[in-house]
Amino acid sequence: MRRLMAHRLFWPVAMLAVLLLINLIAFPGFFSVQIRDGHLFGSLIDILRNGSPTLMIAIGMTLVIATRGIDLSVGAICAISGAVACSIILGSSDPGNPGTVAVAVIAAIAISLVLGVWNGFLVSVLGIQPIIATLILMTAGRGVAMLITEGQILTVNSPPFKVLGSGFFAGLPVSVLIAAALFLFAVVLTRRTALGLMIEAVGINPEASRLAGVRSRGLLISVYVFTAFCAAIAGLVLTSNQTAADANNTGLFIELDAILAVVIGGTSLAGGRYSLFGTLIGALVIQTLVTTVYTVGIPPIATMVFKAAVVTAVCLLQSPRTTELIDSWHRRAQLRRTLEASA
Amino acid sequence: MTVLAPAPRPAETPSRLGQVRNWLTNPKYGPVIVTAVLLVGMLVAGAFRYRGFTNPQVIANLFIDNAYLLVLAVGMTFVILTGGIDLSVGAVLAMSTMITASLLQSGWSPGVIIPLVLVLTSFLGLLVGLMIHYFQIQPFIATLAAMFLARGLCYVISNTTISIVDPVFVALAQTRIPILPRLSITPSVIIAIFVVAAAVFVLHYTRLGRTVYAIGGSEQSGVLMGLPVARTKVLVYVISGFCSGLAGVLYSFYTLSGYALTAIGTELDAIAAVVIGGTLLTGGYGFVLGSVLGVLVLGTIQTLITFDGNLTSWWTRIFIGALLLVFIILQKVLTARRV
Repeated sequence: MRRLMAHRLFWPVAMLAVLLLINLIAFPGFFSVQIRDGHLFGSLIDILRNGSPTLMIAIGMTLVIATRGIDLSVGAICAISGAVACSIILGSSDPGNPGTVAVAVIAAIAISLVLGVWNGFLVSVLGIQPIIATLILMTAGRGVAMLITEGQILTVNSPPFKVLGSGFFAGLPVSVLIAAALFLFAVVLTRRTALGLMIEAVGINPEASRLAGVRSRGLLISVYVFTAFCAAIAGLVLTSNQTAADANNTGLFIELDAILAVVIGGTSLAGGRYSLFGTLIGALVIQTLVTTVYTVGIPPIATMVFKAAVVTAVCLLQSPRTTELIDSWHRRAQLRRTLEASA
Repeated sequence: MTVLAPAPRPAETPSRLGQVRNWLTNPKYGPVIVTAVLLVGMLVAGAFRYRGFTNPQVIANLFIDNAYLLVLAVGMTFVILTGGIDLSVGAVLAMSTMITASLLQSGWSPGVIIPLVLVLTSFLGLLVGLMIHYFQIQPFIATLAAMFLARGLCYVISNTTISIVDPVFVALAQTRIPILPRLSITPSVIIAIFVVAAAVFVLHYTRLGRTVYAIGGSEQSGVLMGLPVARTKVLVYVISGFCSGLAGVLYSFYTLSGYALTAIGTELDAIAAVVIGGTLLTGGYGFVLGSVLGVLVLGTIQTLITFDGNLTSWWTRIFIGALLLVFIILQKVLTARRV
């Protein structure tokens, strides 16, 4: 039991289980998944679908945080990528053409990659603290998105674009499949090659890894580019789901949710060891929490209070100080038992 | 830095130019001087380009419109000087306006509400400080949790706008105090200036201020010197909480209403003002008066864009982002030269 509790995914998984249990008690049909029109329907599918944009960003964020960085600009990148795609689709003569949509998606991703290079440049070449370097784009990015949409909410009516956010493929929502593909890509890339090791090395000790011959500059830039790529796709999914690009509200606070997912998943903000599976669990915890608030019948506006409670609880549980306190309490109890046994 | 004059010959006594150069390249004074020059430049440019910009009331309005941001920036300066950061200030400000508005609606007296709000927000700051110091949670995450909590509580109180009709608040909102002919300020400005003066006194003439700078310089050295590091580190978050609460009260004077979605992103404005004002984000260097200049620069950008009429309001955010970039790179260059 103690070894199980010491596993770093124990608390996140326990929290997810508790949340699911609360749902099951409040709403017995919670786990039922039905097939309607060849698609899967049910609360669990909804959790997966609504949580997929956060998960996509959290995947990139995990790698950034593993290098001792952070990326605050992902929400702004979401807004920019959605704005670019929608303005291209609106500007074309044939918005329903899959070719137009492909051009729009590629353009949105390309621009986001440039923004990722910018973040990486500030962090690795100029050596600015990541939180501040990405704060610049977080502040200016929404202004840029407003500039692209000219302050309007761009509503698009394009069936191929709509598939990204609300379509189904093989019975599953397309957004879930995209998130799964990104997740597998990141896992295979970082765990089947030496890349993950190098990311951890840079996060644990940048100087030592430099002396060991890790080219941290290129590595850092590519990590920020990958996060921007994830953010761009999440932005496209969000925009497609709402069928509109809203420069002010697309991806608002998503950077905080993504960071939260990473932290709940047990990756330390101090860099180094990371767990993509933890992040997956973290993203599911956040989305399940939101769903729980709805099913239990608490006013949805109180969700943020619960998020605050979860962050605080998880952080306190993972704090080294708490482990110390629990350990010393444990030792004392053991000592008492031995004393009682010998007496 | 290409703008700097070539180095004077070592044999000569430091010339006036050398002295200026020393001031400019000092991480302590350099950014503040650049900000001051920038502010004056922006005001002069505005006076040349736009009619009516030379009216002294324009300057007074900078203070009137940004009184709450001045108070927020003062609290943020304390936190950033210790090397921390406080993301919760905008949400706490909103919470403070919500509590004020809803208690006024249920008939409490302003004399009770204002102290109560200040105590509550200081207490929230205390909790955040304890989490950061004793549980070693990064300031970023701890204040993020506080931000969620405060914003959530806003919604719990009410998700519609509550207008304030209390005579005391209305009087405080509408009073104009003439300081010169055709020039007037609001009571909020006086409160904000008082807060700034108090902060300058605390940071430069008390032991607490010394300790704040010492923690920013090196926390470990502070501990070894026997400074009350734990107490001070917690206290800066209490100060920031108090300032956010007070800023909320000033904001409710300004808008005469409470609304849960108010002041989203204000924490970024406060951080930007502090950075533009020359406080180093790693802590240890910076002045409250620099943050005041930072707030005025942000306010001037807004005013210039309003006067221009051709530029749309989203340019404000892009300009602020660009300025942030310039000042962060400046800080980087200045500290790199020192080391």
